[in-house]
Amino acid sequence: MATASVTSSTAGRLLGTVRLPLSIFAFLALALGVLGIDQFVNAMTLGAIYALVALGYTMVYGIIELINFAHGDVFMVGSFVAMFISSSLLGNEGSITNVPLLGVSVLVLFALTIGVMALLGALIERLAYRPLRRAPKLAPLITAIGVSFILQNLIQFFFGPTIVTVPQLVPIEWSIQISGSRVPLLNLFVIASSVILMVALQLFISRTRTGRAMRTTSMDRDASSLMGVNINRTIMITFLIGSGLAGAAGVVHGLYYGNTNYSLGFQSGLKAFTAAVLGGIGNTAGAALGGFLIAFVEVGASAFGYGRWGGAVVFSLLVIFLVFRPTGLLGSHTGDRA
Amino acid sequence: MAPLLELKDVHTYYGAVHALRGVSLKVEEGEIVTLIGSNGAGKTTTLRTISGLERARSGSIKLKGKSIEAAEPHDIVRLGVGHSPEGRRVFSRMSVRENLEMGAFLRKSGPDVQKDFKKVFDLFPRLKERESQAAGTMSGGEQQMLAIGRALMAQPKILLLDEPSMGLAPILVEQIFDIITEINSRGTAVLLVEQNAMMALGIAKRGYILQIGEVTLEDSCAKLAKNPKVREAYLGV
Ligand SMILES: Nc1ncnc2c1ncn2[C@@H]1O[C@H](COP(=O)(O)OP(=O)(O)O)[C@@H](O)[C@H]1O
Ligand SMILES: [Mg+2]
Repeated sequence: MATASVTSSTAGRLLGTVRLPLSIFAFLALALGVLGIDQFVNAMTLGAIYALVALGYTMVYGIIELINFAHGDVFMVGSFVAMFISSSLLGNEGSITNVPLLGVSVLVLFALTIGVMALLGALIERLAYRPLRRAPKLAPLITAIGVSFILQNLIQFFFGPTIVTVPQLVPIEWSIQISGSRVPLLNLFVIASSVILMVALQLFISRTRTGRAMRTTSMDRDASSLMGVNINRTIMITFLIGSGLAGAAGVVHGLYYGNTNYSLGFQSGLKAFTAAVLGGIGNTAGAALGGFLIAFVEVGASAFGYGRWGGAVVFSLLVIFLVFRPTGLLGSHTGDRA
Repeated sequence: MAPLLELKDVHTYYGAVHALRGVSLKVEEGEIVTLIGSNGAGKTTTLRTISGLERARSGSIKLKGKSIEAAEPHDIVRLGVGHSPEGRRVFSRMSVRENLEMGAFLRKSGPDVQKDFKKVFDLFPRLKERESQAAGTMSGGEQQMLAIGRALMAQPKILLLDEPSMGLAPILVEQIFDIITEINSRGTAVLLVEQNAMMALGIAKRGYILQIGEVTLEDSCAKLAKNPKVREAYLGV
C-alpha cells in the first residue's frame, strides 16, 4: 500500500512537471500542422512581440496589483523612440546589408531604446504611482489612464497623428528555406531576440538578489521589507525592467512592420494585457505563454478567413477567462497570497 | 547607557483610528520583555511602528539612543531589529531554505551566513528536515519556527515576536517558548507580544500591560503574575 502510494505520487509529480512542456509542445505541433509553416512563423513573431509587452503588465500587477493601463502606450512610445533613434540619431534610411554593421546598429538601437524606455518607466512610477502607494486602489488605476492619454498626446504632438515609417534594418528579402517554405530571417530575428530577453528575465528573477526581492515583494510586501528589502527601489526596478522590455518590443515592432502610429498602444496593448490575464496575471512565464497563445488565435482566425474577427475572438477569450478562470492558465502568482 | 530600545509617548493612527495613545516602553540589552494585552489593544501596531511599517505620528523611538521613528523599514532591519510578524507571513511559495536566505538578505553570503544556517537548524531541527519543502505547505508550528528562524538570520540585536503561540497546540507553545529563552541566552534581546500571558510572564523579566493603546501597568513579571488585576484579566483566575 505504502509503496504503491509513494510510486503513484512520484509519478504524479513527474507528470506534473512534464505536463506543461508537453502540452506546449503538443500545441505547437498541432498549430504547425493546421496553419502550415508560413502562418506558424507569423504567429510566433507576433506572439514574441505580445509576450514582451505582456511581461510588463504582469510584472507590475504582480508587485503592486496595479493594472497599468499606460503600459500599452509605453510600448507605443518605445516604437517611436526606436524610430527616432534609428532614423534621426543613427541616420538609417533602410536596410543594412553589411552584416557587422547591421549587428552593431541593431545592438545600439536595442540598448538605447531599452535604456530610454526604462528611464521613462521609472519616471512614470515615481511621478504618477508612488505618491498614491497608500491610496485606495482605484486612484492609481485612474492615474494610469491619465498617463496613457498624456503619452498618446505627447507622441501626436511631436510626430503627428498619422502612420510613421520606421527603417527596417534587417533586409526583408533575406530568408532561409525550411521544408520548402521561405522563412524570412527577420521573423527568426524577432523571435530569437524576444526569447533571449525572456530567458534573461527569468534568470534575473530567479537567480539574482534583486530578482528575489521582486518575488518576495509580490508575495508579501510587509514581510519582504522586514527582510531588509527596499520596497520603493524594488518597485522602481520592476517598472524599469517592464518598460525596458516594452522598449525592446517597440524596436522589434518597428523592424518587423516598418511603421508605427500613436494608437498602437491601445490596440496591441489591449491584446498584450489579454495575454497577461490568459497566462495568469502576475506570472511572468504565463504572460509569455499568453502572448504566443493570443497570436496563434489571431493568426489562426485570419488563416481561416475570419481575420476581421481576430480581435473579437481575442477579447472574448479575455472575458471568458476573467469570468471563469481569473487566475489564468498557469495560475496567478498573487492568488495564493497568505 | 541608553537602553537598547526605547519608545517614548508614541502615537500611531490608522486613518482616524487612534491605535497607540502614547506608548512608552524600553528593552535593555539581553532582556526578554513582554507586552501583554487583549485583542485589539495595539500590540501588533506597537511592533509595526517600531519596525517602520506604520509611522508614529508623534513620540520617539530610539535604538541605542539613535532615533529610528523616521527611518525606512529596511534600514531598521539593518540597524538590528528583527521582527517575526503576526500570522508568521512566511513566503509560502518559497522553500524553507529560500525563506531563511531571505532572512539574510542584507548580509553578504559567506561562511558567517552558513554558520547561522547551522545555528537556526540546531534550534529548529524540524526546519532542517523540511529544508526544501515549500513553506506554505508546512504546519502552523513549523511556519512559526521558520518565521523566527528567518528573523534570526539577520543577526538582530533585538527580536520582536508577535504572538508566536497563536494557534499552536500547548506542547508546541512550550517548545517555542523554550527556544525563545535559548535565543535570548545567546545574547539577543526579545520583545515578546502575547495574549497568552501565563507563558509570557513565565519567561520574560519585565512586562507591560497594554489596554486600548495605552500602557496601564509596568512591572517585573514576578510581580505582574501576582497582581490580582492581571490575574483576573489575563490569566483567567
Ligand atoms: N490596518 C488597520 N486599519 C485600521 N485599523 C486598524 C488596522 N490595524 C489595526 N487596527 C486597529 O488598531 C487597534 C490595534 O490593533 P492591533 O495593533 O492589531 O491590536 P493587537 O495586536 O493588540 O490585537 C485595533 O482597534 C484595530 O482595530
Ligand atoms: Mg496583534
